[in-house]
Amino acid sequence: MVLQSLRNCLWLSCVLRTPKACFWSTASGGLIIQSVSNDVYQNLAVEDWIHDHMDLEKQQVLFLWRNSPAVVIGRHQNPWQECNLRLLRQKNIKLARRRSGGGTVYHDLGNINLTFFTTRKKYERMENLKLIVKALKALRPQLDVQVTDRYDILLDRQYKISGTAAKLGRTSAYHHCTLLCNADKSVLSSVLKSPYKGLKSNATPSVPASVKNLFEEDPSLTSEILLDAIAKEYAVQHQIDHHITLINPVDETLLPGISNKTKELQTWEWVYGKTPKFSISTCLNMAYKDSVIDVKVNMDVKHGRIEVCNIDLPEQWLPPGQYNELVKSLTGSKFCPNEITTLVTTLLRVCPQDNELHSRWSLLCENMIRLM
Amino acid sequence: VCIHRVRSCSSIRFIKSKYVCVFDKSALKFSHQQRLFRTSAVSCGQIVQFKLSDIGEGITEVTVKEWYVKEGDSVSQFDSICEVQSDKASVTITSRYDGIIRKLHYSIDDIAFVGKPLVDIEIDASKGVASEEDVVETPPMSHEEHTHQEIKGHKTLATPAVRRLAMENNIKLSEIVGTGKDNRILKEDILNYLAKQTGAILPPSPKAEIVPPARKTEAVPAAPKDKARKIPVPVSRPIAFSGKDRAEPVTGFQKAMVKTMSAALKIPHFGYSDEVDLTQLVQLREELKPVAEMRGVKLSFMPFFIKAASLGLLQYPILNASLDENCQNVTYKASHNIGVAMDTEQGLIVPNVKNVQVCSVFDIAVELNRLQSLGSAGQLGTSDLTGGTFTLSNIGTIGGTYAKPVILPPEVAIGALGKIQVLPRFNGKGEVFKAQIMNVSWSADHRIIDGATMARFSNLWKSYLENPASMLLDLK
Repeated sequence: MVLQSLRNCLWLSCVLRTPKACFWSTASGGLIIQSVSNDVYQNLAVEDWIHDHMDLEKQQVLFLWRNSPAVVIGRHQNPWQECNLRLLRQKNIKLARRRSGGGTVYHDLGNINLTFFTTRKKYERMENLKLIVKALKALRPQLDVQVTDRYDILLDRQYKISGTAAKLGRTSAYHHCTLLCNADKSVLSSVLKSPYKGLKSNATPSVPASVKNLFEEDPSLTSEILLDAIAKEYAVQHQIDHHITLINPVDETLLPGISNKTKELQTWEWVYGKTPKFSISTCLNMAYKDSVIDVKVNMDVKHGRIEVCNIDLPEQWLPPGQYNELVKSLTGSKFCPNEITTLVTTLLRVCPQDNELHSRWSLLCENMIRLM
Repeated sequence: VCIHRVRSCSSIRFIKSKYVCVFDKSALKFSHQQRLFRTSAVSCGQIVQFKLSDIGEGITEVTVKEWYVKEGDSVSQFDSICEVQSDKASVTITSRYDGIIRKLHYSIDDIAFVGKPLVDIEIDASKGVASEEDVVETPPMSHEEHTHQEIKGHKTLATPAVRRLAMENNIKLSEIVGTGKDNRILKEDILNYLAKQTGAILPPSPKAEIVPPARKTEAVPAAPKDKARKIPVPVSRPIAFSGKDRAEPVTGFQKAMVKTMSAALKIPHFGYSDEVDLTQLVQLREELKPVAEMRGVKLSFMPFFIKAASLGLLQYPILNASLDENCQNVTYKASHNIGVAMDTEQGLIVPNVKNVQVCSVFDIAVELNRLQSLGSAGQLGTSDLTGGTFTLSNIGTIGGTYAKPVILPPEVAIGALGKIQVLPRFNGKGEVFKAQIMNVSWSADHRIIDGATMARFSNLWKSYLENPASMLLDLK
């Protein structure tokens, strides 16, 4: 039913690079599309949409996309474990959780993303990666690039230039991967380093690797050239025209229901709430007056919310009533600095107005919030 | 279709059960001994072990990462059961059958094996077990129009309940609009279609959600005694209301508001309102806006309101005070830390501008810009949110004229500013002129603040704003 309405929709609603038949034409065995958006959530939503709604039996799809600075974690990962959330907030870098498995990656406009959509039966990652390597070698024969058995692409046998992840559904599947053209490596390494200590979790850990940009190997290579080369190779292998259709991820007529998918990907419940259960066991070293107070903190976090919270304070450092209020407020709240800050500052309003108490409270709370 | 509900069988959800079952109570006591059940004539459903199907690429084992169902849940064919991961691939496993989950063979983070049972599902014995093949490959059948619908370009077998209803009532599935996942046709869709056709009374739906009131073939108020008059007869259209009450725990921003406002209840509030003629201020701001912009700062009206409030507080310091818990002592705060209520995506937040008494209007504007951008990014720190002594709430940016603001403890006063409206007013000569009028509504703690003090403070504040040049005289 969805396909019929799309066949009726004017192809003018999407900008075509070369004048061709309707976007959703099923005449050929393949389709190459590129997103005009750099918003990571919108682009991930397009992947979801194609996975859920397109019939990939008759044609496979290659989706090309790039994002403005964002960190993308795998479906079953723990963002606190994987990246420096404080730095992300400071630099206004987005955090997204994708639906496929695998590890954490940093995206910016110097990185290109490629998604290969097929039916579940035709899911084959090696083939796709070999296609990319073939395209790169056709472009620059001297490039030393190869696929590893971990589904990475290595440059010069040591630098990772591409990482892979995949999602399989009942009837369709997709394999997507990154390709480092000219990304900001210093930002990449700083954001992908977690400062959070004492985390224990069964979430999928990322495997860090040395990375290099293709641009560093050959400054004549740009994202556009690489995208085009890969599209060309895909077209050859699928015996279709080398023609890239541009799509706009906010077009609700072309992609009905896409805005809901985009919204869902941005919700706190998805990005943080889907973190597998984890625990924190750490020690706050708080400098107070002329001494340093060691405070052991133990917390269990489930669905991104604090389930259990234990703070080992020196006796009477805080009045027991206050301590209980703090623990009560923390329990059940999101493990999120914004929410906890609001709650603890509110508690300051309703407790005795004592400067000493206030400064101890603020000190403790600021240290607690740094854990998030 | 009627369902027997057995009290001892607490795990069956009334909502989704689709089968006619007769439960033998004694059989249920053995529900944990799964193996005995497989071909038991005593049980109503057949337990089928749903095996983990091939993932591809020669993968033999996966890790179970998330369950979407638990034991006792009803599932329909194609519902998601769990998420497993293998070597960077995340796989959604969907159910092949309609039925009830009886056993999960793995816990989270366990390794699951391809070809081994993943879950046990109890399906209706009379319906038989669907073939082990992926049901997308449909066996050739006659009456396809009653059994298959097109989903994503595939002719897909509809669920057993749907097929039966369609065949019994000779309905072509292509004529039905499906409301399930991927526009799948559900049993409810067939029943609704039938009801529309015949106007028949629907049997009470097992779904707690969609409960259309029993249709009446005619809905007429009591017939009028006077038959000569024709009263138009309203035809009642049955309203299908599918809403459900939803309970959520109070957490985060809401919890903060609950705590603050509950504490505020202890304060006996009194209100005092007035209108302020901002005509001159509007003009002044127009002149100063580009100057501020050149310095990289957005200048709104708030910096003026805040500075004027601080000048007023210098004359009436009791409004910048705090009353202790026992109402024994009043602490006059030296700093004017004026809070500004902000509406963010998550809720109400009140950061404050510190030491307004030593800040210029421009300094206040800079600080406001900083707090506003941090507030909308959800990054305000504890120091920005604590230490406030007096608060202003510019609800007028959203709308409204008068308000009854609630004091934020431990403060003793608050002002709510309405929107600026262009209204006709009389000047000294008795002429009508266009005035920019804004209403202010103050609330104060009547335990230590009296009406006269509030009124005098308000008048002073108002005079500064109505005649901005007078602020120059008192600026420190």
